[in-house]
Amino acid sequence: MTARRPALRIAANLLFALGLPAVAVVLWGVWSARSDNRFLAGPLAVLDAFRRTWIGPAFVDDVLPSLLRLALGIAGSIVLGVAAGIAIGSLRRLRETLGPLLEFFRAIPPPVLIPVAMLLLGITGTMKVVVIMSGAIWPILLNTIDGVRATDSVMLETADSYRIPRWERLRFVVLPAAAPRIMTGVRQALSVALILMVISEMFASSSGLGYRIAYFQRNYLIAEMWSGILLLGLIGILLAVLFGLVERRVLRWYQGMKEITRA
Amino acid sequence: MPDGSPLLRVEHLRKVYASATGDVEAVADLSFTMDHGELVCIVGPSGCGKTTLLKCLAGLLRPTSGVVEMDGSPVTGPSPAMAVVFQEYGRSLYPWLTVRGNVELPLRHQKLSRAVRDRTVSDALEAVGLPHAARSHPWQLSGGMQQRVAIARAIAYRPEVLIMDEPFAAVDAQTRADLEDLVRELHLTRGISTVFVTHDIDESVYLGRRVLVLSHAPTRVREDLVIDLPPERDQLTTRALPRFTELRTRVYEQIQRAKRGPAEAGPAISVG
Repeated sequence: MTARRPALRIAANLLFALGLPAVAVVLWGVWSARSDNRFLAGPLAVLDAFRRTWIGPAFVDDVLPSLLRLALGIAGSIVLGVAAGIAIGSLRRLRETLGPLLEFFRAIPPPVLIPVAMLLLGITGTMKVVVIMSGAIWPILLNTIDGVRATDSVMLETADSYRIPRWERLRFVVLPAAAPRIMTGVRQALSVALILMVISEMFASSSGLGYRIAYFQRNYLIAEMWSGILLLGLIGILLAVLFGLVERRVLRWYQGMKEITRA
Repeated sequence: MPDGSPLLRVEHLRKVYASATGDVEAVADLSFTMDHGELVCIVGPSGCGKTTLLKCLAGLLRPTSGVVEMDGSPVTGPSPAMAVVFQEYGRSLYPWLTVRGNVELPLRHQKLSRAVRDRTVSDALEAVGLPHAARSHPWQLSGGMQQRVAIARAIAYRPEVLIMDEPFAAVDAQTRADLEDLVRELHLTRGISTVFVTHDIDESVYLGRRVLVLSHAPTRVREDLVIDLPPERDQLTTRALPRFTELRTRVYEQIQRAKRGPAEAGPAISVG
């Protein structure tokens, strides 16, 4: 393959990636300019509000605490979800015992846990992290269980025949074998975590992105409200980019193998 | 080490799988012994319980009754004195590890110095002709090369017995011939005792110093045949020897009889 073709492809991809958003922004501008609805703000007004609202002390007071809770919630979900998933996935007894219970908890929409968590933990940062984890853990947990269960029997027999000790077996066989599924779970968990971060702050808080957006809405600061939504979108994109980088590193073998089977 | 006692002794081995629809007797009553430094091929009709036998030898399955003894002590689980090469190299090598990582993994828990471990891995890769592929991943290699990696992993483990389960069933004929010669070479130069399970009659005669022909399931040893071909073998001349043809005919007939029914027992044809 020549060097020019990937460069061209990247340019084309970029055009596709940015073209539609650009068109959408223009349409948004035209629409808001022609509309009498005072709850619609134009792109320029929102951009201006964005600069005024978020660049400055609000970043430290509201955005950073939100991001910290989000990061803690995601990290906690990954650690707990993977650890429990490996235990449940490798022990049939545990799986059979916990199966119905897991189905039940997974079926509960996590936002309804917010009032409960408020009563139990108070209106604290811990409560919000717990709420984020209570929703984000499920896709990771369930995917890890499936990934561990789907580990190739010959791979496990090979590990047995070479008497690979428990810890190395986990580190070098079970965990990497389940990694593609785990990453799928983490990807789903990221969006759940972002949603729960905002909702938990809207319910009960005196800081945070969700709190700010609700505050702006109640006080008819329409452009500011929209700018908060814009910021949430940007955080979502940032998460996806970070995830993509990690995934590329962790699953390099998996992508390479898929490419070869396809060729 | 060689002191006259057998390396491997299998006596009245029986394996019954319990299932919801009734018990299945995979191995009925199997006995044989194997000495140090032997290369024994086990051949039998498909579905005759070869894999079950092999897993019992390797300690991966508990026999229902009977004994598997290694150097006089019973095999109750996977032993450091055995290494298994599976048929499905694609499922036995770990795709997230490099070739070197795969060969090294079973050595990690052995108390070896870093230098010795490195040397053992390099030496094993050298022995199978893959020193240049150490940093590749298994899926970047051809099937034959992947099976070489699996063989390198097995010999780096320095087992007393190498157990191979139809290792070349999934590669093309030319690669297969090369791999057969590799097994013979490793056996001759390193004196590794080898149990080689196959369904290929020619392969069993070409490789083995002894061929055990198994019956249809429930499995017994139908014949224990000494392969009196010269130890120096090569694909062209050995396979053209009249004695080779006689031996393969003999094995073939035994397997045909085995397929027809378990009722018939014992050798009925004299060779010579």
